[in-house]
Amino acid sequence: MSEWESVIGLEIHAQLATRSKIFSGAATAFGAEPNTQACAVDLGMPGVLPVLNREAVTMAIRFGVAIDAEIDHHSVFARKNYFYPDLPKGYQISQYELPIVGKGRIFISPAEGERREIGITRAHLEEDAGKSIHDKFPEQSAIDLNRAGTPLLEIVSEPDMRSAKEAVAYARKIHSLVRYLEICDGNMQEGSFRCDANVSVRPKGQEELGTRAEIKNINSFRFLERAINFEIDRQINLIENREEVVQETRLYDSERDETRSMRSKEEANDYRYFPDPDLLPVAITDEDIAAIRAALPELPEQKKQRYIDQLELSDYNAELLTANRETAAFFETALVSAPGQSAQLANWILGDLTGALNKASLETSESPISPEMLAQLISRITDNTISGKMAKEVFESMWQGEGDADAIIERRGLKQITDSGAIESLIDEVIAANADQVEQFRAGKDKVLGFFVGQVMKQSQGKANPGQVNAMLREKLKT
Amino acid sequence: MSLKTDDVRNIAHLARLHIDEADVDKYAADLSSILDLVDQMNQVDSQGVTPLANPLDATQRLRADEVTESDQRDKFQGIAPDVEQGFYRVPKVIE
Amino acid sequence: MANGVAEIRRGLKAGKFSSVEITQDYLARIALHNPALNCFISVTDEIALAQARQADAALARGESAALTGVPLAHKDLFCTDGVKTSCASRILDNFIAPYDATVIENFKRDGAVMLGKTNMDEFAMGSSNENSYYGCVANPWNTEYVPGGSSGGSAAAVAAGLALGASGTDTGGSIRQPAALCGITGIKPTYGRVSRYGMIAFGSSLDQGGPFARSAEDCALLLQTMSGFDPRDSTSAEQAVPDYGAALGQGIEGLKIGLPQEYFADGLDAGIGAVIENAIEELQKLGAVIVDISLPNTGLSIPTYYVVAMAECSSNLSRFDGVRFGHRCDNPTDLEDLYKRSRGEGFGAEVKRRIMIGSYALSKGYYDAYYLKAQQLRRLIKQDFQQAFDSVDLILGPTTPETAFKIGAKTDDPVSMYLQDIYTISLNLAGLPGMSLPVGFCDGLPVGMQLIGNYFNESGLLNAAHCYQQVSDWHQQIPEAFR
Repeated sequence: MSEWESVIGLEIHAQLATRSKIFSGAATAFGAEPNTQACAVDLGMPGVLPVLNREAVTMAIRFGVAIDAEIDHHSVFARKNYFYPDLPKGYQISQYELPIVGKGRIFISPAEGERREIGITRAHLEEDAGKSIHDKFPEQSAIDLNRAGTPLLEIVSEPDMRSAKEAVAYARKIHSLVRYLEICDGNMQEGSFRCDANVSVRPKGQEELGTRAEIKNINSFRFLERAINFEIDRQINLIENREEVVQETRLYDSERDETRSMRSKEEANDYRYFPDPDLLPVAITDEDIAAIRAALPELPEQKKQRYIDQLELSDYNAELLTANRETAAFFETALVSAPGQSAQLANWILGDLTGALNKASLETSESPISPEMLAQLISRITDNTISGKMAKEVFESMWQGEGDADAIIERRGLKQITDSGAIESLIDEVIAANADQVEQFRAGKDKVLGFFVGQVMKQSQGKANPGQVNAMLREKLKT
Repeated sequence: MSLKTDDVRNIAHLARLHIDEADVDKYAADLSSILDLVDQMNQVDSQGVTPLANPLDATQRLRADEVTESDQRDKFQGIAPDVEQGFYRVPKVIE
Repeated sequence: MANGVAEIRRGLKAGKFSSVEITQDYLARIALHNPALNCFISVTDEIALAQARQADAALARGESAALTGVPLAHKDLFCTDGVKTSCASRILDNFIAPYDATVIENFKRDGAVMLGKTNMDEFAMGSSNENSYYGCVANPWNTEYVPGGSSGGSAAAVAAGLALGASGTDTGGSIRQPAALCGITGIKPTYGRVSRYGMIAFGSSLDQGGPFARSAEDCALLLQTMSGFDPRDSTSAEQAVPDYGAALGQGIEGLKIGLPQEYFADGLDAGIGAVIENAIEELQKLGAVIVDISLPNTGLSIPTYYVVAMAECSSNLSRFDGVRFGHRCDNPTDLEDLYKRSRGEGFGAEVKRRIMIGSYALSKGYYDAYYLKAQQLRRLIKQDFQQAFDSVDLILGPTTPETAFKIGAKTDDPVSMYLQDIYTISLNLAGLPGMSLPVGFCDGLPVGMQLIGNYFNESGLLNAAHCYQQVSDWHQQIPEAFR
């Protein structure tokens, strides 16, 4: 049996976060009543004409600059002609020969310490289609054209990925980037960020690419990984059974966890692309590009490097903290209130906070604990007001909405006892009440120290500073 | 350039046009004679000439990103052949 | 009766008659003559009278815009809010436009009265008006003859005095050729001068709206209203519109007019040639200097034009699919049946031919040979004109190679019909302005002369035509049956 290598390229459709559509003044908001956000232009009424939204162009260039891509000074919109009920004009306005964003690249870290460059072939602007709903009426399909004309950036990668894991790492990286750039909300459930995967396999060492299948309808990263793995296995099985892989479009069915052929799209596509005569070439000057570059926010790669260099975070923590813009922003806001506590903050954010958010299925932005609250908590650990153990309790209370750390510490009387006189008298009481154990310790049984610590803490109702208790006990017992 | 009847059927399908079988020969002849006319273009060597897509060689003007349209569904759907609950309807599409 | 827009405006302002009176007069003439001419698809009596009453009220208040109270007709491919807009196609026979084209808005803004929507070749595809779902229009000079196309209804309506002026569109000659065949004046401005928003597209990079009227003076008035930058049309020119009326009467002393040898070669009817020669002599008497020029790629314009126009139309007409508006076939069995039968039943033969050729020219493996090649030749054709305009101010020639032909004479041979556009279509390919004005008759049928200007030189065209019309009366001829 030979060894197989899989080759994967992704086509990502990111809905651009403009207020109005790419070629009309209709709103792009999600979730409106059917066809109430489809204006005459979106409906392809006879006689209407498209006018390009400046913001969509700016957003596309912003993406291009961020992936180090060539931005063409001359970009052309073309018509892609095909008939489908959710495509009102019978053609989609897209870009074919002269896309707005040319060749670029992005780096992924599929595993800790690994770094791979993935090529981006191009990114072009196009209009989204409407939605066909097939289960609304018994005999008919229902057409909602609210989405028609929403601006999309189609990001096409090179076939540079070799596993489903890498593909997911790449998709996450693009997802993170478009959110950093504030050009897409990244909401996969609402379809704002969609992935199609081109998958093929070939014997290891072979140059030539195998026949590929295009998988559509993947609406989460988890499904992306599953769909690709299913498809790789399917293709290997076919080849090993001396059957042929057919070039086709396949649909991922998440319920059955399988891909299946889309017969309706199988007909040889002849899209008859030609430059849209209703739109003129878009001219982009060096000044336009420079202005957009100057207005870019700090990108994840730069941010990560800064965290490592200036905040002395580990590569791993820096990668995780910068993986999405919201987490990084949370971290940076908290750091303002707890200066110098980057390591502690990173641990709490990536540990307890992320855990709690995941458990509750909340976004960072929806966290009941604000960055300032977390910073305060950490300050109380470093100034010895509370112990690490108490901090967990305070965190839990903050999560439940009981107020900020100081209020909770106050209300619950969680303040550590750090006054050495008070601790000393507690220790004296315990030593006096446990003469046998004192004997054992002095006879060399070090383990008994733990017993004394426990007793003192119990006496203090857990409030005594454990470090102080430990040190003072050792002193007292020796004498 | 002459088109065969099968070519006519394929093109009619591509353009989603129903053509009566009885008219296919006539279309083949008409379209072929139009293509003969069109083939006169080959009398000129145009290699290297920049294609002209717009007579004024103008560039695209960009619109501000503003919502300027309001809901006119009732008006638009008043002229539609089949609507129900705000949706346009077509015979069921099987995917 | 008064038959000029300028004259009617003066009368309205002076209170000699009301807009309601003249509107009723025109509606009566339409009722009388339209059955024989078939130039209107819809007559909008109620709207016309309501607009006329508004106009009279405005005039009474002393508020008058450029066309207040002037009754006009519009080609039935300009969308008119609440009024059927059919493009003379069965597929839009039930289409009530939900909005106004910019051109229609402009006419409303300037107070014009809409008498109705005029007949045309289906989707503006034709040169004879025989390709209309509503039947052919008759030429008022001889009702057995075609009025030209595609704006045949507008041209015939003005020629027969059923409207003071009318809007039209010109993709390959659809204003100039029917103006010539009906003996009236028509102008196709520079591409981008008149907004295409709401003008149902045939060939998007070629289509341009413009007016018909008896005289250049009236055309100037109507064009003034139609023109201007429109932010809803990406191809609209962001250029100030000059005062066309002010340009009239500047004289043509020393004006250099080029005669392209290719426009007077084989294929031009000898009778037309002689009539044009006479007109040229008149212009020389007015001081024009005649220069011989050459437009060597003229012969390529027909094949080039048909590739561009058909490719664009094949895509532009995909939206007529029976889903959101327009004709839907009965009981479709599935989606494909819905598409094919709705479109098959809805479009006429010429439209289908053009959609098919256009689809073919854009399909895989043929794009470079057809569409790309045509776009390259288009530049060569444009360059011919640019060179010519280095040495002349205007270009002059016949509008058509023949006068009007008999209804049915060319319907069996689409290619011979296409050749009618030989002198007009290269302007659309280049985007240049051109106009046709009547300069005489051949066997009782009008002959049109075409003037071609450089980009945005509509004023120059209108001025030259106006100067000629000051010393001739061909534009005031009215066919006997309609006097």
